[in-house]
Amino acid sequence: MPEQIEIRTTERAAPPPPAPPSTSDAAVIRDALGVGVAVGLSGFAFGVTSAGVGLSLLQTCALSLLVFTGASQFALVGALAAGGNPLTAAAGAFFLGARNAFYGLRLSAVLGYRSTVKPFAAHWVIDETSAVTLAQPDRRTARLGFTVTGLTLYVLWNLTTLVGALGAEALGDTEAWGLDAAGPAVFLALLAPMLKDTVERVAAGLAVVLVMVTLPLLPTGVPVLISALAAPAVLVVQGRRERAKEAGTAQEPGVVPAGPADPPARPDGAPESRTAIEEDRA
Amino acid sequence: MNVWIAIAVTAVGCYLVKYLGLAAPAGVLERPLVKRLAALLPVALLAALTAQQTFSDGSHLMLDAKAAGVAAAAVALVMRAPFLLVVGVAVAVTAGVRALGG
Repeated sequence: MPEQIEIRTTERAAPPPPAPPSTSDAAVIRDALGVGVAVGLSGFAFGVTSAGVGLSLLQTCALSLLVFTGASQFALVGALAAGGNPLTAAAGAFFLGARNAFYGLRLSAVLGYRSTVKPFAAHWVIDETSAVTLAQPDRRTARLGFTVTGLTLYVLWNLTTLVGALGAEALGDTEAWGLDAAGPAVFLALLAPMLKDTVERVAAGLAVVLVMVTLPLLPTGVPVLISALAAPAVLVVQGRRERAKEAGTAQEPGVVPAGPADPPARPDGAPESRTAIEEDRA
Repeated sequence: MNVWIAIAVTAVGCYLVKYLGLAAPAGVLERPLVKRLAALLPVALLAALTAQQTFSDGSHLMLDAKAAGVAAAAVALVMRAPFLLVVGVAVAVTAGVRALGG
C-alpha cells in the first residue's frame, strides 16, 4: 500500500465513537464482527415482518439479498402490506435508501477502491459498514473494517431473514401474535436516535401531521411521500430564520446552526446519523 | 406480480444510489444544504411510516392493540433497551392486548 491517506477530515469536529480507533487488525476485526453480528441478527425481525404481511419466502429473501438496506426493506414491505401500488411503495423505500449515496461519497476516498471493484463494494455501503470504516485511522484498516463488517452483516442478515420468515409462516396468524407491531417498532427504533435537535423533531412532527391528514384522502403510498416534504419545508423555514438572525432582526432560540460546522449526515459517530442499532453497540 | 415489480424497482434504485456515492467525483453532493436535506429526509419518512403503520389499516385511521405495542416500544427506547428487545416488547404487548380482547 504505497499511499496511506489521512481520513480524519477537518469536518470531523466531534470526538470519535466510544472505542478509540485502533490500528491493530484484531481490534478492527473485533469491532467489525461486533457490529455485523448485532445488526445481522435484526434480519430476523425483517423476516418475521415481511412474511407476516404476506410476502412469500422467496420475495422476503430476495429483498434481503438484493436491497440490503434495512429501513428501505421495512418501508417497502409496510407499504405493500397497506395495499400501496408497487411504484409508490418503491419510491418511499428509495428515498430512505438515498442516504447511502452520502456514505458512499465519504467512503470512496477512504477505501480508494479501483473502479472495477466499486460495483461490488457498493452493495455493502450502508449505515453500519460506513460507521465502522470511517472510524479507522488508515486505508488498510478501513478496507479491513469495511470487508469484515459487510461480509458478516450480509451473511447474517440474510440467514436471519430466512429463519424469521420460516418462523412467521409456521406461526400462521401473525396478527394474533402481535407481529404486525414489529414494523412500526423498527421504524421508531431507527428514528429515535435521530431526534436530537429541534429541526429533526419539528420535521418528524410535521411529517406525522401530513401523513395522518392525507391518509384518508389520497391513494395508499402517496401520503408517506407527501410527508417527506416536511424535510425541505423545515429547512426552508430554518434558512429564513437564520438569514433574519444574521441580519440582526430576529433572535430565534432553539434553532440549530446550519453550515459545514454541523454536518448532519456524518456516519462517523454523530448522534444524528447513528441508528439505534449502532447506539446499542456504543 | 406487483410485489415482484416493487422488489425489482427498489433493488435497482437502492443499489444505484449506493453505487452513485462510491463512483461520483468528490464534492458532487457536498453542498451543506444537500447534506442537510439527505439527513432530514429519513427523519420525516421514518416518522410518517411509524405513524402510518401504527394508526392505519390501509387508508383508514384506527386505534388498536398495535398502538399499545408501539407505545411500549417507545418506553423501551427511552430506557435504552437494545434494538431487538424494543421490537420484542412491541410484539409481546400487542399480542397481550389482543389476547385480552383489546
